[in-house]
Amino acid sequence: MSNPKKMSLETSSLFQLTATRLKLTLREPEAMFWIFAFPILLALGLGIAFRNRPADVLPVGATTPQLTQALAADKGLNATKMDESAGTHALAVGTILLLAEQRGDGVVYRYDNTNPDARTARMIADRAIEVAAGRKDVVTAENELIHETGSRYIDFLIPGLLGMNLMGSAMWGLGFSIVEGRQKKLLKRMVASPMPRWQYLAGYLLSRLVMLVIEVVVFLGFARLVFGVPFRGPLWQLALLCVLVSLVFSALGLLVASRATTIETVSGLMNLVMLPMWILSGGFFSASRFPAILQPFVRALPLTAAIDAMRGNMLQGVQLSQLMLQVGILLAWFAVPFAVSLRIFRWR
Amino acid sequence: MQAGAVPALRIRGLRKAFVDVQAVNGIDLEVAKGECFGLLGPNGAGKTTTIEICEGLTDADEGTVELLGRNWKTGADELRQQIGIQLQETQFPDKLTVEETLRLFRSFYRSGITVDESIKLAQLEEKRRSRIGGLSGGQKQRLAMATALVGDPELLFLDEPTTGLDPQARRHLWDLVEEMKREGRTIILTTHYMDEAEQLCDRVAIMDHGKVIALDTPKELIATVCSEDIVEFAVSGSQVPKCEGPGAPKVDVEALKKIPGVQSHRVDDGVHQLSVSELHTAVPRIFAALEEQGLHLSEFRTHSATLEDVFVRLTGRNLRDE
Ligand SMILES: Nc1ncnc2c1ncn2[C@@H]1O[C@H](COP(=O)(O)OP(=O)(O)OP(=O)(O)O)[C@@H](O)[C@H]1O
Ligand SMILES: [Mg+2]
Repeated sequence: MSNPKKMSLETSSLFQLTATRLKLTLREPEAMFWIFAFPILLALGLGIAFRNRPADVLPVGATTPQLTQALAADKGLNATKMDESAGTHALAVGTILLLAEQRGDGVVYRYDNTNPDARTARMIADRAIEVAAGRKDVVTAENELIHETGSRYIDFLIPGLLGMNLMGSAMWGLGFSIVEGRQKKLLKRMVASPMPRWQYLAGYLLSRLVMLVIEVVVFLGFARLVFGVPFRGPLWQLALLCVLVSLVFSALGLLVASRATTIETVSGLMNLVMLPMWILSGGFFSASRFPAILQPFVRALPLTAAIDAMRGNMLQGVQLSQLMLQVGILLAWFAVPFAVSLRIFRWR
Repeated sequence: MQAGAVPALRIRGLRKAFVDVQAVNGIDLEVAKGECFGLLGPNGAGKTTTIEICEGLTDADEGTVELLGRNWKTGADELRQQIGIQLQETQFPDKLTVEETLRLFRSFYRSGITVDESIKLAQLEEKRRSRIGGLSGGQKQRLAMATALVGDPELLFLDEPTTGLDPQARRHLWDLVEEMKREGRTIILTTHYMDEAEQLCDRVAIMDHGKVIALDTPKELIATVCSEDIVEFAVSGSQVPKCEGPGAPKVDVEALKKIPGVQSHRVDDGVHQLSVSELHTAVPRIFAALEEQGLHLSEFRTHSATLEDVFVRLTGRNLRDE
């Protein structure tokens, strides 16, 4: 080649732009916290709070010594004797789930029937009291216990947190620094140089992909080691999904940042975009709990599609070919915002 | 200027309006290769707007711009490689080092000087590995200059390279510009420091309200617009001591203007300014006239005219907002 300068990474503007972007991200301690530490802390916290406890012992109260004794006889209950007013208070603050009161010959159970634990306590308490009063089982039953990984709350939670983390880091990562660059006239300085404009944006996407590898490996590695979360689908398909999801939210971040000139504006827009998905997209609980009328809207959100697809892959081992609806939704959420932001992007 | 040679910059009939203001109102300019050309003017004169149109960053409403024989419509890619730009306000990322920033900018150019050379040129060797957030104002300005130089540009645009710097940092930057001139680059700079323009520029265009109101070498401008010396004085009444504030004694201006050699008079903040052509004969008469009016001089000095005086003469205003 007659080129006086050898082509190398040193002189490749795309490489330099990507490397610069990476350095700037890594030198931002707050960003590092939100990207790496926060999701792990959240998973740890929620994983502990919602861990499947070995055969829960449910706290209950009773107003007479006989009732207390009858309840205490069941291994599933922890019974305390208390008078009615103490019991009412204990119910209200949640130290007991159920209060059994003697009324004439019968028993009255006071409990909150919208609380699943309280409903369980009601069934066990009733059985204990009936048994103490001499009931005999007519059918003999035996228990065979299973504790399957993949059906615990933490298994459900991890893909949700992963999706939310990919959304947050892509959107904040692009949105903030683009608007900051515009505000500080750095964008203008860049386009005043011969830098190809597409490379500026490509540098963002490429550095995002590098960060993504670190981010996903750290987070999923943690989930695997600490909680034993399963990976039932092909890993390469999960990786592909992560890349796609990250591109989707990078495009959304780009769109949100394409015209804003102040950090306040872009923060507001970003929250406007992300908040509905935090609530609706099923990160913490299944999105199918929302009323049917909302479902088409909820399903069309990119984060819902992302989390559904990743849960499908990780928990049920669903193949990518069966997740085409979600993949299609994600592709649309990538293509449209990306095209729009390229058209309306302001360099100054 | 060599006849027939392609000028470094040629502007014809340039106009640009923003919502509420005609920022550039019909400008024609020609800058020869190798020249250092200054755009001078007060805040809001339209310097930045003009220069950014030349840099292809702002679209003009009317008029044409030609750089190095090319224009932005058809030759943008080539032009970007050939010119170096320093904007009026750019904040490079605080967390990047000097070297990293220059390496990034260097990668945009097909050919140019090395990163090391640019660091040496801007005299930032000691700060090579420092983050930009820790640089002084002058060092940041020199870095901005270095990013404009890494591509070894033929034509250099500098928008207020020394505004806000202390005198020492300004001299430092002037040295850098002088060095660029010696290397034969064409330089177009804006400033509102007259001394800077006098020091650095081969030719100067004085701008006001979007128009060029004078254009020549600094020497010629001074010679043609105000060849005279400037006499400045302040008075207090003979009986009354100094510092009377607004009630300062009245000066009979007409009497002063009748003195042979006195060309014009203006008052600025209690200081009277006369432009005087025959200093040696006029000054004794000024003394006499003031004495006759019962006025007492509290200040008196003379200096030869500067570009500052040229501007005052042309516009009746001071260059910098008070
Ligand atoms: N983007 C813009 N939108 C609206 N008005 C603008 C814009 N840019 C400049 N102006 C106006 O155009 C006029 C000329 O501005 P310009 O920045 O060119 O002046 P200048 O000579 O560079 O001044 P300074 O010495 O302060 O830098 C000013 O009145 C300014 O308010
Ligand atoms: Mg300006």
